[in-house]
Amino acid sequence: MGIVLQQLLNGITIGSFYALIALGYTMVYGVLKLINFAHGELFMSGSYLGLTIISILIGAGLGGEALLWALAGVFIVVMAIVAGLGVGIERVAYRPLRRAGRLPAVVSALGVSIALQNAVMLIYGPRYRVYPKGVIPAIYWQVGGIQISLLQVFVLILSLILMATLYYFIHYTRLGTAVRATALDHDVARLMGIDVDAIVRIIFIIGPALGAAGGIMVGLYYGRINFTLGWGYGLKAFTAAILGGIGNIPGAMVGGMLLGLFETLAAGFIPQGGAWKEAIVFLILILILVVRPTGLLGERVAEKV
Amino acid sequence: MALLEVKNLTKSFGGLVAVNDVSFHLNEGEILGMIGPNGAGKTTVFNLITGIFPPDKGEIRFNGRSLIGLRPHQITELGIARTFQTIRLFPNLTVMENVMAGLHCRTKAGLWASIFQTKAQREEEKFIREKAIECIHFMGLGGLEFELAKNLPFGLQKRLEIARALATNPRILMLDEPAAGLNEQETSELMDLISQLRDRGITIFLIEHDMKVVMGISERIIVLDNGYKIAEGTPEEIQSNPRVIEAYLGKEE
Amino acid sequence: MSAILSQLKSLDRRIVYGALLAAVLLFPLVVRNDYWISTLVFFGIWAILGLSLNIIVGYAGLFQLGHAAFWAVGAYTTAILNIYLKVPILVCLPISALVAAFFAIIISRPILHLRGDYLCIVTIGFGEIVRLFLYNDPFKITGGVNGLRGIARPSIFGLEINTPTAYYYYVLFFVIITILIMQRLENSRLGRAWNYVREDEMAAEAMGIDTVKVKLLAFAIGAAWAGVAGNIYASRYTVIAPETFSFWNSVVMFCIVVLGGSGSIPGVFVGTLGMILLPEVLKSVLSPILEWRLLIFGIAMVVMMIFRPEGLWPHSRYRLELRREETSS
Repeated sequence: MGIVLQQLLNGITIGSFYALIALGYTMVYGVLKLINFAHGELFMSGSYLGLTIISILIGAGLGGEALLWALAGVFIVVMAIVAGLGVGIERVAYRPLRRAGRLPAVVSALGVSIALQNAVMLIYGPRYRVYPKGVIPAIYWQVGGIQISLLQVFVLILSLILMATLYYFIHYTRLGTAVRATALDHDVARLMGIDVDAIVRIIFIIGPALGAAGGIMVGLYYGRINFTLGWGYGLKAFTAAILGGIGNIPGAMVGGMLLGLFETLAAGFIPQGGAWKEAIVFLILILILVVRPTGLLGERVAEKV
Repeated sequence: MALLEVKNLTKSFGGLVAVNDVSFHLNEGEILGMIGPNGAGKTTVFNLITGIFPPDKGEIRFNGRSLIGLRPHQITELGIARTFQTIRLFPNLTVMENVMAGLHCRTKAGLWASIFQTKAQREEEKFIREKAIECIHFMGLGGLEFELAKNLPFGLQKRLEIARALATNPRILMLDEPAAGLNEQETSELMDLISQLRDRGITIFLIEHDMKVVMGISERIIVLDNGYKIAEGTPEEIQSNPRVIEAYLGKEE
Repeated sequence: MSAILSQLKSLDRRIVYGALLAAVLLFPLVVRNDYWISTLVFFGIWAILGLSLNIIVGYAGLFQLGHAAFWAVGAYTTAILNIYLKVPILVCLPISALVAAFFAIIISRPILHLRGDYLCIVTIGFGEIVRLFLYNDPFKITGGVNGLRGIARPSIFGLEINTPTAYYYYVLFFVIITILIMQRLENSRLGRAWNYVREDEMAAEAMGIDTVKVKLLAFAIGAAWAGVAGNIYASRYTVIAPETFSFWNSVVMFCIVVLGGSGSIPGVFVGTLGMILLPEVLKSVLSPILEWRLLIFGIAMVVMMIFRPEGLWPHSRYRLELRREETSS
């Protein structure tokens, strides 16, 4: 029993990462009907930027408690930079193609993904980079037979805060309602006086920012990162978004959690599970799209008549 | 027995009942018009007959044979062709290529015949070209064979769509608002063309808003409003039917 | 006057193509450099891959970003049959093509109804699943991460093909056959059906075209040809490993088709030139910035889509010109 609970805890921790990244995919898709292939790379960039800034701070002599407080700043700065990167990418690579049809948009998104991944590789090198240890102190608690680390608590609480904030924003603010309106119909939203371009910019701020936060957390949690991170996480997060129903924000959160749980439990209890992790995720994705394209809560994905 | 029999046709989308217990028939060789205010369910009826989606309830029989459950291309093969309300041509292909599409279901050269260019395949290609040119000329598009469909003026695009449907050698031709967007001259040419099509033995089923066209060429008319069939009869009968007038103009105060 | 001009133009084209053909045929005899001859063999194999994907992406307009999987199925089928069962390479060829086609039909049937970007993701998925399968080797026949080695060379009537020059003409033969078959398909009922499905699937279905069958055929034929390329590749290099059949290579194939000119045969060659030959040619010149290759490709993809989405040598214009010449002469 203890093992299962432990795996559950690990599962929802990983699920939080997937959920944060999945939100980026789902929001962009909801508004633009575009799969932002580059999103995984934005998440990965956040990871690397976090590494850089934390290393700088440590190099400048910051440590212990001061570093912990500074961490808040790190998150804010990295999220802002990656958000800027996201907006820039939208402006340069997606906006000119908004009316150009599916193929150019997909190719462009792929191009951005490849370019970004390799830019990071060129800057930081192809080898794994290690996150500084102990930024978040290695404190553990024993609660009812399972071990919880401060790191996990941190990840879970921060993810919860971010997701709750997003949910509040989307459902209880005017701007959030404008976003939902734009997702339903660009032209009608425009007629209602909504500046669609501005909404798109907002989406590309929020999505990448969340992804970046996830990236830093992944770096802190696993300790090492690589420029190929975006590919693996991106795919899984995208599967999570589809699982929950693409375009559906609560769906992305639920999907992320479920996927994290499934992956952890599968790896834990199926022999050789680890090697086939990615294949299984892909299979889940394909199965969902074929059998229940609406996902658990979302929209249709087959050709509209 | 009527060529096309529709009984108790019903279709809902979510909570909205688009077509509600509609029944009518189409006799061979006639021109049947379908009118009704916007949103009455007319195009949905077309879509149901051509198999785009299945009805919730009801029967659709073509020559006695049920069409329900068949895919659109099978229905076209059986002999029912249609045009679309918003033109759906193949924009980046030429007029010739567009019309040749209609001949796909009337020919059968497959992968191997095409690779080896067998005698049968070459003859079939000749047949396809000849028939396509025939349809093109019939619809008055001669000389434009190699123009890209997207470059044609609107009126000619509408004709091209009909030419393409014609190439499938249909027994029933279903036209969805063929006169929409046409000027007076084009409209009267269209009416002539439709009559000629009927004279060639093609049964015509037509959705139209332009009353001159509908009243002018239809032998019978059915009227839809809010998913219901509210009237059926000759143009004269329909024009003086109070329910029809009410549907279009609202109740008399 | 215009009749004379168009005669001249078509004459010009024939001269150009004739000269090109002569150059291609004489190349190994004139340039006796094994490195360059082998490079062109590599180019030829990739051109066949590009042409095979051109059917799926260019003609039928289906997003396929996992095409390397079909290439892999062909290569591994050949390798396994040849190494374990000693089946001669040339006999493996049609078998590999059929196995690849069959595989394509099975995996594409359930996903054919998906819209563009989703089909894209799913094909990426299938590509990766195949690669992972080869890598993890659950049935112990694919050689895992190291792949398979010791694949034989093809032999025709006892004559083995094992020099660069012999391979050059061997691959050239296949390239020419592929071009001829593609041209015939393009101008056939099936080729037109692919165009219709690409332009507007629902309208095509409404006009009596069985769009499911047409799309399946695109996948099957494209896969079969990739399988042929796989057979040639396996026997040429005698060693195959999962890393060759990567997502990146699927992307390269995709770019060859889309950036070269979706749906056009010359376009595929231009694309292959740019994605495969150019980096080879410039390798010595560009070695310091070789690492930048991928970054440049990524940026090039974005730029191309913004400024020339139809590709470098697009199709419809070419065909339209040809038609105009046909009717005016």
